[in-house]
Amino acid sequence: MKKTGKEIWVFGDYRNYFRNRVTLQLLAKATDLAKKAGNPVCAVIFGSNIKEYVNEYIAHGAEKVYVMDHISLKGYNVETYVILMEMLAKKYKPEMVLVGATCFGREFAPRVAKRLATGLTADCVDLEMNDDGLLLQTAPAFGGNLLAKIITPIHKPQMATVRPGVFKELPHDYQATGEVITVPIPKKLPENRVRLISSRHESARINKIEDAKIVVCGGRGMGSKQKFRKLYALAELLGGEVGATRPVVYSNWADHDSLIGQAGRQIKPLLLLSFGISGAIQHTAALIDAKFIIAVNKNPDAPMMKMADVAIVADANQVCSAMIREIKKRIRE
Amino acid sequence: MTMLKMVVCIKQVPMVSELPWDSRTGTLKREIAEGMMNPACKHALEAALRIKHEHGGHITVITMGPPMAAEVLYEALTLGADRGILLTDKQMAGADTLITSFTIARAIEKECPEFDLVICGSQTSDSETAQVGPQLAEELKIPSAAYIESLECWGETIRMKRLSDDFLETLEMDLPGLVTITTRHFHPRYATLSGLEEAFQFSDITILSAEDLGLSPDCIGMKASPTRILDVFSITAEKENYVMKGAVKKILEEVFEKFGDKISSAMGKDLKTHEHSD
Repeated sequence: MKKTGKEIWVFGDYRNYFRNRVTLQLLAKATDLAKKAGNPVCAVIFGSNIKEYVNEYIAHGAEKVYVMDHISLKGYNVETYVILMEMLAKKYKPEMVLVGATCFGREFAPRVAKRLATGLTADCVDLEMNDDGLLLQTAPAFGGNLLAKIITPIHKPQMATVRPGVFKELPHDYQATGEVITVPIPKKLPENRVRLISSRHESARINKIEDAKIVVCGGRGMGSKQKFRKLYALAELLGGEVGATRPVVYSNWADHDSLIGQAGRQIKPLLLLSFGISGAIQHTAALIDAKFIIAVNKNPDAPMMKMADVAIVADANQVCSAMIREIKKRIRE
Repeated sequence: MTMLKMVVCIKQVPMVSELPWDSRTGTLKREIAEGMMNPACKHALEAALRIKHEHGGHITVITMGPPMAAEVLYEALTLGADRGILLTDKQMAGADTLITSFTIARAIEKECPEFDLVICGSQTSDSETAQVGPQLAEELKIPSAAYIESLECWGETIRMKRLSDDFLETLEMDLPGLVTITTRHFHPRYATLSGLEEAFQFSDITILSAEDLGLSPDCIGMKASPTRILDVFSITAEKENYVMKGAVKKILEEVFEKFGDKISSAMGKDLKTHEHSD
């Protein structure tokens, strides 16, 4: 059955495919959003030799895939992809465009929004469709432990970025079929003003913390760089990873890669141990999917303590040391 | 090499690490929050200062905000920027990223039409959208690269490095262009008090309103912004929020007794819930 409603587009961000599942997660969310008004769910993909991704997107919910497949598009060049997206969106007029908030997506989406003169909400943690067909975009807002519901009431397409890991992908459906629309690339693409000189894959511990079952997170309340080191010992005992807040990263107590928050990583552990963190929204927005939170802080009124399952009013550093001792005692050898 | 004419966009944000919280409502008492220069903007300014010290050059710092945002311009001038521009106008308030970048672009075109390089922080600590820099480049119709960690001038082009989605990239960009700088490198220098005092006395700051920029009230501020905030709410979830106080040792015994299963199941290992059991 062919749907006639306005299309929801998901940008196909396939670089580093096995780690970066955000496109599949967005296709799942788009499928959910489309239930209300029967919007077709579409993926848009640019590149060279990308047929396997087209099939993947169909297997994960795309009913239609717009494809621009050409050797000149293999470089994953933001500038070129922005031009192509602008062209396609102006031609096919999607109702919504969802983009994964990868580094690439966070540079790509605002530029597309600018060219289409429309609104864009960054880092949404939830998306819903209201009765008027408007996308209710829930995103962290400044001013306490707050989320804002944002809409783009008039301008089209309605655009949002979503961080990897916020939504859950649908299971791979081998039976799924979809329409593939091959769009020729324009005869003359402008010359790249930004040129890639070299690119090297850095397989650091980049995504490890995102998938960790246990995260031990520390803030300035740990007291010092030296005391902060204890969190690594605790994490090792628990088989978890260490995360940090922005002030800690700025003070060089922890590496930038361990930053948990809007500018850093989004986590969804079964258990989060939070030490000496007051809980600014930029941090807490990244851990709303944590299943069970134990927070330690001297200040019982800190937002982090309010959102914890267990709030321990005590010195973070002392509790960390005691917890290391207790776990060592209790592990069955 | 010709000396670069640089524009650094900066923003004043509330001092996040020292936010005064209202414990009753869980919100920020914004009126008593102190302002500071956004961290990534400090790194952006540092990048410009290093270029200036190495090759010479001229740095204009530009900000949009309430009149008190002039503080961050003084700070930048103290550190070595040459000129400050403050865009302040009640009509500009409430602009989203699309309109903010529009407004700043018009000011750059008017006040620094000959610029070679625009440098922004990759994101602000108060809204973290990371959208204004890339959108400003689009508005100025110049090339741009986001999340840059280091850069070098090569005459008509610049060379840059960044880590983008696990790829360490080296890029080359034609000038004029725009970069956004992360907080990973370019650790900022700090302003001295005497320097600040001097900046307050002898500095070159231009204050511009919407009218000065020739912008009609219909194309700026909240009015012109495509996005609308419908509702703001707390994310404090409905958790049991079991509060524990007292001696640390006792607390921990209770933690393992009551919640040991949560810890052990996350670990995928058995833990003794009682210290002396089996």
